[in-house]
Amino acid sequence: MAIADSTRLLVTAPDQGRRRKRTKIPLTPGERRNLRLARALLWPALIVAILITQVPFVVTIYYSFQTWNLQRPRDRGFAGLENYVDVLTNGAFFSSLWATVLIVGSSAVISLVVGMALAMLLDRKFFGRGLARTLLITPFLMMPAASALIWKWSMLDNDAGMVNWVLGLIGISPIAWNTSLPILTVIITLAWQYTPFMMLILLAGLQSQPQDVLEAASVDGAGPVRTFFSMTLPHLRQYVELAVLLGVILMLQVFDPVNIMTKGTGGTKTMAYLLYERAFIGSDIGEASAYGVLTVIVTIVVATIALRTLFKMLKVEGDLR
Amino acid sequence: MTQHSNRRRVVVGAAVLASGALLASCAGAGGGAGGGGGEDGVTTLTLATVNNPQMVDMQELAPKFEAEHPDIKIKFVQMEENDLRDKVTADISTDGGQYDIMTIGSYEAPIWAANGWLADLTDYAGDADYDVDDLMPPVRDALTVDDSLYAVPFYAESSFLMYNKEILDEAGIEVSDRPTWDEVAEAARAVADDDTAGICLRGKPGWGEVFAPLTTVVNTFGGQWYDENWDAQVDGEGFTEAVQFYTDLVKDAGESDPVSYGFTECLNLFTQGDAAFWYDATSAAGSVESPELSDVAGKIGYAHAPVNKTDESGWLFAWNLAVPESSQNKDAAWEFMNWATSKEYIKLVGEELGWSRVPPGSRQSTYEIPEYQDEAGAFAGLTKDIMLAVDPAQPGVDPQPYVGIQYVTIPEFQDVGNQVSQQVADVFAGRSSVEDALAAGQKVAQDAGDAQK
Amino acid sequence: MSTAVVPRGGRTRKRITGAVLTVITWLVTLGFFFPVAWMVFTAFKSERDAATNPPTFLAELTLANFQRVFDSGFSAYLINSFSASVMSTIIVIILAFPAAYALSIRPIVKSTDALFFFISTKFLPLAAAAVPIYLVLQNFGLLDNVSALTVLYLGMNLPLAVWMMRSFLMEVPREIIEAAQVDGAKFSTEMLRIVLPLVAPGMAAAALICFIFAWNEYFLANLLTSTIARTAPPALGSFVSGRGQFLAVLSAAATIAVLPVIIAGWVAQKRLVRGLAMGAIK
Repeated sequence: MAIADSTRLLVTAPDQGRRRKRTKIPLTPGERRNLRLARALLWPALIVAILITQVPFVVTIYYSFQTWNLQRPRDRGFAGLENYVDVLTNGAFFSSLWATVLIVGSSAVISLVVGMALAMLLDRKFFGRGLARTLLITPFLMMPAASALIWKWSMLDNDAGMVNWVLGLIGISPIAWNTSLPILTVIITLAWQYTPFMMLILLAGLQSQPQDVLEAASVDGAGPVRTFFSMTLPHLRQYVELAVLLGVILMLQVFDPVNIMTKGTGGTKTMAYLLYERAFIGSDIGEASAYGVLTVIVTIVVATIALRTLFKMLKVEGDLR
Repeated sequence: MTQHSNRRRVVVGAAVLASGALLASCAGAGGGAGGGGGEDGVTTLTLATVNNPQMVDMQELAPKFEAEHPDIKIKFVQMEENDLRDKVTADISTDGGQYDIMTIGSYEAPIWAANGWLADLTDYAGDADYDVDDLMPPVRDALTVDDSLYAVPFYAESSFLMYNKEILDEAGIEVSDRPTWDEVAEAARAVADDDTAGICLRGKPGWGEVFAPLTTVVNTFGGQWYDENWDAQVDGEGFTEAVQFYTDLVKDAGESDPVSYGFTECLNLFTQGDAAFWYDATSAAGSVESPELSDVAGKIGYAHAPVNKTDESGWLFAWNLAVPESSQNKDAAWEFMNWATSKEYIKLVGEELGWSRVPPGSRQSTYEIPEYQDEAGAFAGLTKDIMLAVDPAQPGVDPQPYVGIQYVTIPEFQDVGNQVSQQVADVFAGRSSVEDALAAGQKVAQDAGDAQK
Repeated sequence: MSTAVVPRGGRTRKRITGAVLTVITWLVTLGFFFPVAWMVFTAFKSERDAATNPPTFLAELTLANFQRVFDSGFSAYLINSFSASVMSTIIVIILAFPAAYALSIRPIVKSTDALFFFISTKFLPLAAAAVPIYLVLQNFGLLDNVSALTVLYLGMNLPLAVWMMRSFLMEVPREIIEAAQVDGAKFSTEMLRIVLPLVAPGMAAAALICFIFAWNEYFLANLLTSTIARTAPPALGSFVSGRGQFLAVLSAAATIAVLPVIIAGWVAQKRLVRGLAMGAIK
């Protein structure tokens, strides 16, 4: 019953953790050795991450202070803060930020909810369960560019698309998805792709629920709804947070649905697409680098706030070890 | 113990995978700054090209070139147009040296030549066998800077009006050889119904997508991107009238979902008989008349690009081959480029692959080949006439400070055209009025215009 | 342990609910899978049939598209994709497992900062860093090089792997670790022979996700490779034509490209879910 005990501890005793965090305990030699060992485990990954990711980042910062338009090779030079001023005053940055928040936020919520529902449906034993699971994760396995193309040509096409055909069966006239509802178009494609991602993580969480605790609850007379809300959801919280965090970070980079379908019109110009436009259509490396640095700063601010809240909850569970 | 043997299986599996991957990556790794190596006297040229049908054909026929030139091998890198532009620009502007031959458009060629990025081909092309004077004059002019030739055309196109004779005959409408836009609009509105679009016009955002046809409409309505002083005229009378006309026509009689419609989408619509008119590139005719691809082959009529205030309004664009100045293999590269843009190559395509697949518009002699006239007669003669008649120096009513019909030959135009086209998309969707959209566009265009002064 | 006596009627009701749920599950599954299935179907059509309006349900099937894909040298691109994805995933797991260990089971003081650093490396949009990366690689003559691509994918996936494995490692019951220490086990034993088997399924999940991202990565692969190191995604992109119909041949290429990932997914999803049930091991 050890699992049940520790689960109950995790769920019902948060205060203990917070109190423990405040007191500072001097380290014993054994603990100090542990610490050295732990650091040794961490360094390889840290060093690799720093080398591979920070070198490009530093180079990007360097170029953000230069004027450099690829098509005008003779006009290169130091620009100081000019690029940053341009970016902050031209209005595209903030509207793009809003577009990103709207699209990524909606897609994340939709794929989380649908993913949760699917995970619960798949949590039971039923005929062809393994096959159903594999079929359900295929949207996530496809190349994003291929997915976007299929959605553009076969699903959401005004004349030949399946969605309009199905809508036609229930009497709704064809919708020009790309022209009239670009934001929804992007959200549909994105949510379709990321729902399996959420589902995978949540299903893992559901499957790691200790069976005996659930049985005890049903014997005690708790119905499935009550079990879900008071036992399953709290256990799943860690998985939900992981899924949302990773999902959002990944969706921030999303590019293909916008590039292939809407081309940034109608409020779908996300940060990733705006950056692509500045770097490759505008050919302005200095400006694009400034955009990149500003995006990182904004994301860090938002993420710090979000993660601090996240960690407060996660650390609580971790500290109980 | 099962756990142990399971683990062993996983470890062995991982080891096999890893060694396989390692071997493959050793085999695949390395390429470095190679843009042509020389081993045993064989020069390998790397050619970057767009994946249009004519280029696919060129790749198919390349072995013939290699057979005639055993010391040269060609490696093709085919890409979608935007990818190609991204990569080739990144490479040439940073002296990357990854490519020996690049496929570039008439838009970039003079700009890059002025930057000193392209090798001067005048001497190579001066060779009598090459017959550089046979190249279509306006196409050749676009590739010439200060009397030096910097690229050679692979194929070129203008634009014209294609119409489905069946649909129009049924409605009793006749289309003249030189229609006006008002005539076309009236006819399109008359035949449009729920199943058939009156006309298909591009609406997809992009400087080379919607603004290829739209700029020609602007020109013929008396508008322009910039006047002679590089002051932007995007919110001017002609430009506004043209955009209003174009967007209204699409809304009333055009395809639904215009923001999705570029060349390929209109091609699909038209070749399935779902549109009465299509105003687009002359090179579309090859696909339209091909029985394997098109339901309407043989039923299409062709006319000059519709006009308003000018005599002609077709555009001019060519895909050309050029050599970066930094390449080490200019001679070998020229050998190939010579072959691919020569009269002999055109005959080769006609004989081996079919006369409708011949790269159009690059040479005047192409239009004198009898077999080509037979097969492509419906549109080939018209194509040639239009290409010789358009005036890239002043396609519109007023003079302009650059040479180019459906684009502005400045580096910033990619960006300007792209941004304004996104504004126009809002007009198609009903999210913005033409005036508001063009006011926003004017600002962007003016910034770029100021940079030219 | 009490055995509840369930009346006959209740069992039938349960079976009906079960059947209904199964039907609903399968309907939703097929609905979700439909675009993929349609893509595979399109791969067997001729270009003309693929572009019709309304869509063709009964079409003459052909293998011509697949032929065309392989004629373009697709197998070489698949091999490149394979080597970059597998190598980067293996190295990622090797690096991430100890790091996640240090951030969960034997936490260091600044573990939250380290975790935050890892995830922050993914905040920079690729397009902003693309040209800088291009220049750096060009400087070292590493353009068009599979190993360079492998290294970049490594950096791209490391944060994901660290985060995911940390979460799975947090599930390992404290008692097991303590028991091992009490038994006087060496640290490497503790890590490799006791904890690793417990989280192996979780590792499978992280490895699968890293593999998927490396395999499907388009942007960097397109910019940084040309002939020798070209991977499957840019090759797929090269079928998108601005001047003709391409949906059938593109579907064929996409089908071929997704098969290895589906196989990996099928293999992983079995281990992935069952094994994460830590409670079962008790």
